[in-house]
Amino acid sequence: MDFEFSEEQTQLAESLRKYLANEYDFEKRKAIVKSASGVSDTVWATFADMGLTALALPEADGGFGGGAVDLMAAMEACGEALVVEPLLDNVGLAARLVARGGSTAQREALLPGVVDGRHRLAFAYLEPGRRYELDAQKTTARAQAGGWVLDGEKSVVIGAPSARVLVVSAHTAGVAGLPDGTSLFLVDADAAGVSINACRTVDGQRAADVTFTGVKLPAEALVGTAGGALPLIEEAVDFATALLCADAIGTMKNANDATLEYLKTRKQFGAPIGSFQALQHRMVDMYVVCEQARSMAIFAAAKVDEGGDAGARKRAVSAAKVKIADAARQVSQESVQLHGGMGMTEELKVSHNFRRLTMIAQRFGDADHHLERYATFD
Amino acid sequence: MDLGYSTEEMAFRNEVRSWLADNLPADLREKVLAYQHLSKEDLVRWHKILDAKGWAVPHWPVEWGGTGWDITQRYIFNDEFGLAGAPGIAPFGPAMCASVLMRFGTDEQKNRFLPRIRSGDDFWVQGYSEPGSGSDLASLKTRAERKGDKYVVNGQKIWTTLGHYGDWIFCLVRTDPNAKIRQEGISFLLIDMKTPGITVRPLILMDGGHEVNEVFFDNVEVPAENLIHDENKGWTVAKYLLGHERMGSGNVGASKRELQTLRELASKEIKNGKPLLQDARFRDRLTRVEVEIQALELTSLRFLDKMRRTGQPPGADVSMLKLKGSELQQAITELMMQALGPDAQPFVGVEDGHVDEYRARMAPRYFNYRKTSIYAGSNEIQRNIIAKMTLGL
Repeated sequence: MDFEFSEEQTQLAESLRKYLANEYDFEKRKAIVKSASGVSDTVWATFADMGLTALALPEADGGFGGGAVDLMAAMEACGEALVVEPLLDNVGLAARLVARGGSTAQREALLPGVVDGRHRLAFAYLEPGRRYELDAQKTTARAQAGGWVLDGEKSVVIGAPSARVLVVSAHTAGVAGLPDGTSLFLVDADAAGVSINACRTVDGQRAADVTFTGVKLPAEALVGTAGGALPLIEEAVDFATALLCADAIGTMKNANDATLEYLKTRKQFGAPIGSFQALQHRMVDMYVVCEQARSMAIFAAAKVDEGGDAGARKRAVSAAKVKIADAARQVSQESVQLHGGMGMTEELKVSHNFRRLTMIAQRFGDADHHLERYATFD
Repeated sequence: MDLGYSTEEMAFRNEVRSWLADNLPADLREKVLAYQHLSKEDLVRWHKILDAKGWAVPHWPVEWGGTGWDITQRYIFNDEFGLAGAPGIAPFGPAMCASVLMRFGTDEQKNRFLPRIRSGDDFWVQGYSEPGSGSDLASLKTRAERKGDKYVVNGQKIWTTLGHYGDWIFCLVRTDPNAKIRQEGISFLLIDMKTPGITVRPLILMDGGHEVNEVFFDNVEVPAENLIHDENKGWTVAKYLLGHERMGSGNVGASKRELQTLRELASKEIKNGKPLLQDARFRDRLTRVEVEIQALELTSLRFLDKMRRTGQPPGADVSMLKLKGSELQQAITELMMQALGPDAQPFVGVEDGHVDEYRARMAPRYFNYRKTSIYAGSNEIQRNIIAKMTLGL
């Protein structure tokens, strides 16, 4: 039994942390969020140089063959700095789907560019009004003339505005010899019939609702077998959820550190407010819940890396997400409360942590969703 | 990072499990699983079975009868203990008094007391709290006055767990009422409970059970050789002991077994034509408890891992295990009671009536477990400790 990160894992996180401290401080991040694209290509190139984009991809595709545990400490550093570049959406979702489900040709076409930071991908899977469902219903792909025609709509595709290629889930029906089901397709973001309606999320990321209108795809756009993509999607979303949990730990740690510092320096009634027991105990509870959440984030990362039984993986990830969602809510709300009025302002990072933690609590399923899923795999 | 147990550790777990299956007396196991009262004879019998195997005091140094297990093995042992439904070993002698003797005792004191703690011949209890001194323990007033080669003790202790079983009691007593810093007027004294002048009075808790007592001292003469460490240095001893009390306070193994029992209960109760276990509202609460157990277990293992790597005691952070462990035990006992619905109401049969004794214990257990966030340093005190020692507030 060993709960420590390896030297390589720690070193990667430390050099990333150092880089972010210099090049991704509060003001620089704000400038990136407000920029036209909402992501920094310089930052992305540095991520690629550090090996972050390669770490969890197979060696055959130019990656390092690592897993969620290898990325955990780095994700935590991203969480501390509130990184808005879609690292998780690439290495955890889109690129992972291509690596695990794609043909040799598809992997060769897309993954080297992900590894060296030349281009980004995004995974379009959520559908309007269907909350966290992972199967595709409202987006369909019809087999036609040796290819496919894609129609439908995807919502909140994080990273879509700066992605070269979208990995899109669609319902395929009527394919001879194959059951109805969810399939994955590679779609160029600038293909005819693809409409990207970009937005900025409340925590500063770029996302888009994407509409597909009669988009013509070649046969080789299909990833894997038609109708059989759901297990692949579930695995990738679980993997990404484990990364998100690590990211959340970084943000919670940052919120806690800032709040503790504030309790020690802010004076009222002639004393630091941290001398008041009512506040001390709340701070302790924030600290303890973050440590409990960290334990569960480690658990989730270890379980997704184990591979093996999908039920055990889903249970572990759901257990972790329940804890992380509850902890994120408590830490974010309490850090604002303990900062008083200043915690409400955009001027302090605390309010930005609040936004991020609020979105993390809901992304990939909120606590209720995962309570239900956990029970399903009893 | 590797969260799994090694092959050797798994083999060790199997060894402990099969030994418990073969050697834990069925009547004792049944009593534990049925939440029945355990007599002193029950506890001593079990202690002696463990001692015969050499497992009564695993954490002691080998020369005193310890097993030489590493901390992971000790954790596995405790886990299996809890899972098997073995009666817990009362911590006061083997864990607490023994730790103090090892650290502060003279050779003579060690030779006199440790073998009888190991063998279970002496049942030890703890004399800390007083009616006016709970969380503010340093305000204690029980007076020990040095007269020649004796101390004469007068005063009262309270919340003395299993005091009615006690052969010996270790006490914090005031030896210098005039000390400027009150912590510096306290001493740590070992007292034979058969000494004239000691009266033990039961305090019956709201579950109807007798666990705790008041202990009165009326001119009790204690040989001065029973003083541990120097006179007026008792607070140093007490502080040393606090860390020991908290490390094992998560009770993860027992909670995992309780959770299983809870699931069985909830699968027999029917709500809207389905087992309560499948009821969404109940299920969500149960799942949150399951998640908390996993989080507590992993956090405990992280502490162990850190202790093993650094060779250092766990530090103030270990208070979080007591905090979360006690909340968890309370949550489980509360859910067990609630799972029974109206059937949680019967308590005891009167006249010719009878009750289902197992079910009748669920509400009292919920009542009883309110103690866990109060004893061994209330959860508020645990928060004070983390606030001060870890967070620097």
